[in-house]
Amino acid sequence: MSEPRFTIEDLRRILFEAAGVDENIDLLGEILDTGFEELGYESLALLETGSRIEREYDILLDDDVMISIATPRALIEIVNEQLKARA
Amino acid sequence: MTPVVVTGLGIAAPTGLGIQDFRAATRSGKNGIDRITRFDPAGYPATLAGEVPGFVAGDLLPSRLVPQTDRMTQIALVATEWALADARVDPRNLPDFDMGVVTASASGGFEFGQRELRNLWNRGSQFVSAYQSFAWFYAVNSGQISIRHGMKGPSGVVVGDQAGGLDAIAQARRQIRKGTPLVVTGAVDASICPWGWVAQLAGGRLSTSDEPSRAYLPFDADASGHVPGEGGAILIVENAVSARERGAKIYGEIAGYGATIDPKPGSTRPPGLRRAIELALADASVTPDAVDVVFADAAGIPELDRQEAEAITAVFGARAVPVTAPKTMTGRLYSGGGPLDVASACLAMTEGLIPPTINISPNPELDLDLVVSRPRTAVVCIALVLARGHGGFNSALVVRSLN
Repeated sequence: MSEPRFTIEDLRRILFEAAGVDENIDLLGEILDTGFEELGYESLALLETGSRIEREYDILLDDDVMISIATPRALIEIVNEQLKARA
Repeated sequence: MTPVVVTGLGIAAPTGLGIQDFRAATRSGKNGIDRITRFDPAGYPATLAGEVPGFVAGDLLPSRLVPQTDRMTQIALVATEWALADARVDPRNLPDFDMGVVTASASGGFEFGQRELRNLWNRGSQFVSAYQSFAWFYAVNSGQISIRHGMKGPSGVVVGDQAGGLDAIAQARRQIRKGTPLVVTGAVDASICPWGWVAQLAGGRLSTSDEPSRAYLPFDADASGHVPGEGGAILIVENAVSARERGAKIYGEIAGYGATIDPKPGSTRPPGLRRAIELALADASVTPDAVDVVFADAAGIPELDRQEAEAITAVFGARAVPVTAPKTMTGRLYSGGGPLDVASACLAMTEGLIPPTINISPNPELDLDLVVSRPRTAVVCIALVLARGHGGFNSALVVRSLN
């Protein structure tokens, strides 16, 4: 079992590139279990984030799954599952 | 009927960002037209534009908004902030449904759209931004302003090329008369990008001169088209009673409005501008002799200039009212042009100065008293602002001082 290839650091970077960061949110803080909605990201921001992850990691994420993902931890798990399945 | 008044101005023009810069530039007759820098115009017949200088979205807007907005929206959002600050309005302290947003748009977010079309063409659909779904859209400025400030009252967008900016202000006035105390209105367009440029070139009205001081010469015998610009103005308009109650500074009243459509090409009926002026004056209960200045549409196309001059002289008489086109300093801003002229009219009333039309030598055959080169000192209590849009749109708006 190799190290997870998609980390919270990767997600932070991609979230910022995709949709910026809300002025009242510390994206560098403990956000793994904070809801995306609470972090200020609506469904379109998640779609844009998902599409950037797909391009960079060459995986496919279902749009319906993307817009219903609750937290960064859940998203990171899904991305790593996809990466593992592909490997 | 309760007067509807202007209480805040947010200006983003090729001659200046913010009221102070814009006012100083206007007084000195600064030319904001120059060779395009936003892309290399060398391969195009028209190479000049009025670009808004020094606008860096990342410095002025939260990072959350930058990836999802076209330049026109970024400028509109910042201009709205300035207009609210100028009006001393904090939207957080007002009920959501007491504030509406009505802007105009001539072309939508072309620069954003061009980038995403390029991504689609060169790299595939996976590379198109999810935000393209709305970032290009005509209504997006109204939507983003509404979301950012929690304004849930009557909102919308009007599209009528250059005339649309005045139509938006008139629509804002309607909403206030129907009971919404405050509406954010005006317009910003910004499509100085190759895609926007070829669309404008196709319209056939752009000047192909490469001399910034000779390219846009409305009412001049050498008129040969216009130079496009970007930017515009966002206005806060309010019910006069509630504005006075909160002790707001009042620039002036949106006192009258008229809009007409030209007959179809080849018709023997006259153009509709004169009728729009008459409707606006009647709506304001103002006689022509009471008007202190006319802000002209100033197409810069000889035939359209002649039609406008004829409409003005038919209503006011030959050389009977000062006429000006400060847009000679900025280029034509499309939907942003009318609101910027309304802002200029508000400033003219407070300063007692009519802003100048620069670079031109008035064609004497047009019989207009044009304010050229330098501002003219005058008591300005009533201003008429005109705007015409491609396709036959004519709009006229009367702004009146309440002081």
